[in-house]
Amino acid sequence: MLDRGALLCFRKFLFRVHRKWAILGEKMANFSTNDFRSGLKVMLDGDPCAIIDNELVKPGKGQAFSRCKLRNLKTGRVWERTFKSGESLEGADVMDYDMEYLYTDGEFWHFMMTDGSFEQHAADEKAVEDAIKWLKEQDVYTVTLFNGAPLSVAPANFVELEVVETDPGLKGDTAQGGTKPATLTTGAVVNVPLFINIGEVLKIDTRVGEYVSRAKG
Amino acid sequence: MWWPSCSNESIKARAELYAQLRAFFMSRGVLEVETPVLSQSGSTDPYLESLCLDQDQTYYLQTSPEFAMKRLLATGIGDIYQVCKSFRCNEVSARHNPEFTMLEWYRIGFSLDELVQEIYALVSEVLDLPKEGGITSKSSSAYRLVTYKKAFNDILNINPFHESLSSLQAMCVRETNYEGSPLDRDGCLDLLLSVCIEPSLGVDKPCFLIDYPESQAALARIEVDAEGDRVGRRAELYIRGLELANAYDELTDAAEQRRRFEEDLLMRSELGLPNVTLDSRLLEALEDGIPACAGVALGIDRLLMLKMGASSLSDVVAFTHERA
Repeated sequence: MLDRGALLCFRKFLFRVHRKWAILGEKMANFSTNDFRSGLKVMLDGDPCAIIDNELVKPGKGQAFSRCKLRNLKTGRVWERTFKSGESLEGADVMDYDMEYLYTDGEFWHFMMTDGSFEQHAADEKAVEDAIKWLKEQDVYTVTLFNGAPLSVAPANFVELEVVETDPGLKGDTAQGGTKPATLTTGAVVNVPLFINIGEVLKIDTRVGEYVSRAKG
Repeated sequence: MWWPSCSNESIKARAELYAQLRAFFMSRGVLEVETPVLSQSGSTDPYLESLCLDQDQTYYLQTSPEFAMKRLLATGIGDIYQVCKSFRCNEVSARHNPEFTMLEWYRIGFSLDELVQEIYALVSEVLDLPKEGGITSKSSSAYRLVTYKKAFNDILNINPFHESLSSLQAMCVRETNYEGSPLDRDGCLDLLLSVCIEPSLGVDKPCFLIDYPESQAALARIEVDAEGDRVGRRAELYIRGLELANAYDELTDAAEQRRRFEEDLLMRSELGLPNVTLDSRLLEALEDGIPACAGVALGIDRLLMLKMGASSLSDVVAFTHERA
């Protein structure tokens, strides 16, 4: 059996080899406006962007243009830009991966690929910003890598988390409406029905940050 | 995806439209003709990309039937029209399909104004619009004629003939978030026209945009307007912001035509675009002489869009580009 230290060392070695291979192997292509499709990832003003919409405009005679809506993947903001038809943008090396959340050292949040490569990635606070309330060790998240580094982390639409703090449950009060705040293991606070008690595991919709039901099982 | 993108209702409407326009031209004594879709020469226009077939010899799929029809005009055949397929590479949008149907016709001895009246007569018949010279006549015409200059002045408050290039470029960045290599003068005007002006043309009634800058005359004759600016005698018809037809007071001067072809080819080489075999047979025909005439190309698919109240060509074309 390998001890834990040796295993971590081996994982890091694999990660470096993989990373180096990825950088050497892939030079991003340029995409002409004729290739612009929604979902294509391109570089604009130094930031990776996803094309949302692209429309060709052209007067009866004369030059054609691409009117483009792009989402800046760093800031989430939508940009509108017009390009001369036939001009190119560099492709952005942006890919989504499933990764397991391991732990945080206070500065970085560490994730590991679930493809068996053991490749680890350290996400900074900005990258985990939207997911931080829902991060639970050993759960799987979608990590978006840009040039091999985490750009953003997204939780699954539904997560199951345990209640660590809430007012005592009111027995039999299942019909009446009304909610109370409950703190979950991750520190997130959600409104829950009055009958929920400490120690119960809840299903939460992360898109709206709302209680859905008690977790089954 | 074997099935059509449009309804059978649209397919029937197209058949009715063809019958209607053939009756229209028959009653006016205009002869239907047919010319080749594949030609040994192509369009030199730097902003039209021809599709090519390379066999033993290069053949171009026509971007319009204009050159072949003008060669027919040179024979003295008289007024002619044609409904045919035309092809423009890489033009794909809700309003563009690389293969599309064009109606093109030529009227001998017509002025551009007379042809504009005839275009309106056809379009108003197809779309059930008020007749020109009907009850609403005189005080309010059924359609509008707006000069290129006035359209830019009304909407952007600039004179497109005299505004400086740097100011036009700044306006493109401001109005359209343009990004990329600097635009030339016509590039700026094309962009501003497409984005800022077109959507408001022909909203209340059909609008003909006329008297384009000389550099955008294409195959139209050039005249001097009231302010002393040289203008190309073109008329583009817009209905509800959709560009439908492009009419010229036709250039019939062979030497001038050759000069414009060569200018186009020079521009193509500057822009790094493929060279195109220019149509020397058209030049020979022009040298032998074609009668003074006005001609127009009209997008049939777009006309059907308007008739059917459709917002996309895929609603009126059975199999668009992606399904072809």
